Amino acid sequence: MNNMKYTVAVIGVGVIGGMIGRELTRYGIKTVMLEKGNDVALGASKANSGIVHGGYDPEPGTLKAKLNASGVEKLFNTALELNVPIKRNESFVCAFSEEEKEHLDVLYKRGHENGITALEIIDGDKARELEKNLSESVVAALWVKNAGIVCPYELTVASVGNAMDNGASLVTDFEVTSISKNGDAFEITSKDGRTVYADYVINSAGAYSGKIASLVGDDSIEIIPRAGEYLLLDKSEGERVSRTIFQVPTKEGKGILVSPTVDGNLLTGPTAAVVASPANKETTADGMNKVNTLALKSVPTVNFRNVITSFTGVRSSNKDGDFIIGESAACPQFINVAAIDSPGLTCCVSIAEYVIDILKGIGLTLEKSASFNGKRNDPHFFRKMNDDEKNEFIKANPAYGRIVCRCEGISEGEMRYAVRTNPPARDLDGVKRRTRAGMGRCQGGFCSPTVMKLIAEERGIGKEQVTKNGGGSYIVTEKL
Amino acid sequence: MERNLTCILCPRGCTLNVTVDGDNVFVTGNSCPRGRYYGEEEVVSPKRTVTSIVRVSNREDVMVSVKTETPVAKSDIFTVMDKIRNASVTAPVKVGDVILTDVCGSNIIATKNID
Amino acid sequence: MENHDIVIIGGGPAGMAAAVAAFDSGIKDVVIIDREKEVGGILRQCIHNGFGLHKLGKELTGPEYAHHYQLEVEKRGITVCADTTVLSVTPDKVVTATNTCGILKLQAKAVILAMGCRERSRGALNIPGTRPSGVFSAGCAQKLINCEGYSVGKKVVILGSGDIGLIMARRMSLEGASVEAVCEIMPYSGGLTRNIVQCLEDYGIPLYLNTTVAEIHGNERLTGVTIAEVDERRQVKPETKRYISCDTLLLSVGLIPENELTRGAGIGIDPITGGAVVDENRMTDVSGIFACGNVLQVHDLVDYVSDEAEIAGKGAANYVKGLDRAENRVKAVAGNGVRYVLPQRVNTRGGDTDIFLRVTAPFGKVKFTVKSGDTVIATAVKLRATPGEMEKITLKAAKLRDVDGDIRVDLEEM
Repeated sequence: MNNMKYTVAVIGVGVIGGMIGRELTRYGIKTVMLEKGNDVALGASKANSGIVHGGYDPEPGTLKAKLNASGVEKLFNTALELNVPIKRNESFVCAFSEEEKEHLDVLYKRGHENGITALEIIDGDKARELEKNLSESVVAALWVKNAGIVCPYELTVASVGNAMDNGASLVTDFEVTSISKNGDAFEITSKDGRTVYADYVINSAGAYSGKIASLVGDDSIEIIPRAGEYLLLDKSEGERVSRTIFQVPTKEGKGILVSPTVDGNLLTGPTAAVVASPANKETTADGMNKVNTLALKSVPTVNFRNVITSFTGVRSSNKDGDFIIGESAACPQFINVAAIDSPGLTCCVSIAEYVIDILKGIGLTLEKSASFNGKRNDPHFFRKMNDDEKNEFIKANPAYGRIVCRCEGISEGEMRYAVRTNPPARDLDGVKRRTRAGMGRCQGGFCSPTVMKLIAEERGIGKEQVTKNGGGSYIVTEKL
Repeated sequence: MERNLTCILCPRGCTLNVTVDGDNVFVTGNSCPRGRYYGEEEVVSPKRTVTSIVRVSNREDVMVSVKTETPVAKSDIFTVMDKIRNASVTAPVKVGDVILTDVCGSNIIATKNID
Repeated sequence: MENHDIVIIGGGPAGMAAAVAAFDSGIKDVVIIDREKEVGGILRQCIHNGFGLHKLGKELTGPEYAHHYQLEVEKRGITVCADTTVLSVTPDKVVTATNTCGILKLQAKAVILAMGCRERSRGALNIPGTRPSGVFSAGCAQKLINCEGYSVGKKVVILGSGDIGLIMARRMSLEGASVEAVCEIMPYSGGLTRNIVQCLEDYGIPLYLNTTVAEIHGNERLTGVTIAEVDERRQVKPETKRYISCDTLLLSVGLIPENELTRGAGIGIDPITGGAVVDENRMTDVSGIFACGNVLQVHDLVDYVSDEAEIAGKGAANYVKGLDRAENRVKAVAGNGVRYVLPQRVNTRGGDTDIFLRVTAPFGKVKFTVKSGDTVIATAVKLRATPGEMEKITLKAAKLRDVDGDIRVDLEEM
């Protein structure tokens, strides 16, 4: 990798960086994706609501409104191509008073202005007929029929993996500390002294995009890190609702959602609190109480004794409220893709295509590559087989017959696959995000020693070097 | 001298009252004869069974569990641990195999089979 | 599809004792399925001593106790299907399992569920803070240390004073780690008194009651925890918060019977025990499916697991032989001061029947009264009763014969 020359370097590999990387390989562009962590999807792409937003929320005329409107169907199509689970489960925005009900009309009108027509306002009884666990105090709801749910980190892993399968490079543990322009090419250097060269730079560094832009003298981006706490519940709660249940935004805040996930769990959250640094990913007692209390306002029967984990995601907000996407005024051929907060996940494909158009506009020649294959093999092929098919497959691949994660039913074969395919899992959390091993009720209590052993074997390292999520997050310290 | 102790010989955990008067030790509160012996010994020279693990040198990341065959003086626990920590064994190992002899007065024996 | 008389799911202490008892009751076609390469279950990592005094009359370590039953299983030629995970059990007793040879399906005449339990995780506790490495369930750390020979950390705080937490406090100390504190949110320890003496007091480890871990700190590896006292409602008192620097937090905060297969088979679960609702033979509400050991209720001692498994093994054998067709069952329910009673259904025309129960809080001297309506079936006096120790009361066949309504157990302080 040392001293490699690329056409485009993408800095920051979340779902936006991954989708841009993939889109570039569609045109055979020599692309490198640079990530400061030791895996992809470690920022907001790891910890968000996983919602495909209908498009009624953004202010008409904004970039958000435009990219959301075109983004929904693009995302559904791309997820199918990448074999990422996505579901059009629809959503409700619930009003709890006549005053809040008026706000539903505002959202409805705004949706139509944005070109979203799959909307209907229904009364509380009708809403409860469709969602039997919905609170009696819901007086009306905006029914959003084009909305859906998707797994955000799986989408990121899939987009990066597909980009890599099509020739893009991924460099992890590459924390960019300087960018200089040497003639026409950018020289990008990491904290540990590695360098790559590229003609164009895409800044998709999420919460750190302001910092990256300032490396080329662009101080225009001011990211406001906003923390959101979530509580994830066991699959036994997964069928409380089939739709994503939002609350009408009020003066007190945007409200708390209750949503099934594509994996069958129930997700509640997020809170919204401005934090000092994007590294502030702790959960708080107050935050968790708030999620609990407000979720019960929508769906009173959620049993919070079945919480299996809590987490905090940090969104990158911008005081203007809109995405910042475009060539930097301070630095030609340096493109900012910043302040991608909600509905950023929904827009990831439309943003990638928009960035391609910008690159075209500033002189990058783009012709579709004949060898590009946008399809990605289904990493979950095994769990979708019936017993007879599994039986045959295990006979040829015995590791698929040995269950390692008992809670989620994940075999050794599936874990080894996650360490071997693009982008390779390197640590316990990486295997977890790709296979769900350790995401169940025991949260890895039983299987983590075995997963550690598999990672050590596959990577040819000692168990002492296996980490939870890179850096100094070692699990065991030494042999006794 | 008078001491109150919890007997650790069985899960019942009787509260013992032990009085030492010169060479005579009196125990009350015990529910069985073993409790009396425990009380007497605990005030004079307390003993513990030590359990730990020994690395099996010819197996990857496999440990054999071991114990002191008889209880050792409480004050010798960490001496026993040091000896155990520096030992290793070659598989196969059978339950009851002596791994180390006479460590602070007890053999160290295997408590698990390693094939 | 293979056909067997009895299929036992789980080869830990419960599964092995059930297999031996079923065999000795005359059913020779017994198969044990276990997910590990060796039978023994969690006992294989419980290298400390204290097992077997009640059941075998001698004090053994966990691996030795498992070894004893493994020899009994081998002696009888009982088939053990190791390294095999059961995926599902149907109400008509088809067991589907997987191993490196493929998917197997077994049709059983009776099934005994003996899958054991799992530990409550951090997520279930909602401890605020970051998510660094170095936070382990006590059992996970125990496996890494005792079976794989790796150190998990040097400076340790333990949350939960159940027996596993206490045993691990001693184990970490023996391996040279410094155990800074054991925190217990309740006003009393859930562990045996002997373990407080020989695991904490012997090593000078402080036990803080009414105290919990209020925050977890560290971005990569754990760097410390904030501990704090709690009020009567178990809410943190902010003014008592105190930071302890540590690289390891062990959680020993309760065990949960692992009943996913049980639910999949449509078997009714007791919300208090977290295990199946069973009769005096440990048969669930699905005919021919039995449960025993920690999958049925979390036990204090493995010796009692073996006792319970023998009841289930014998019950399953009698079921296969067509001997168990009792129709005179009544419910057994918990009354004042009693958290649960097991079995939850009792045959009034059978033999003497032991019922097991746990109390709701620590008590001094108490009297238990077992009644049906106004008829007293049994009474028992105990010098002390705590939630950490299971109580047993024997109901005499002669007394049960007159019963035709539900049985209720009440506790009275004396």
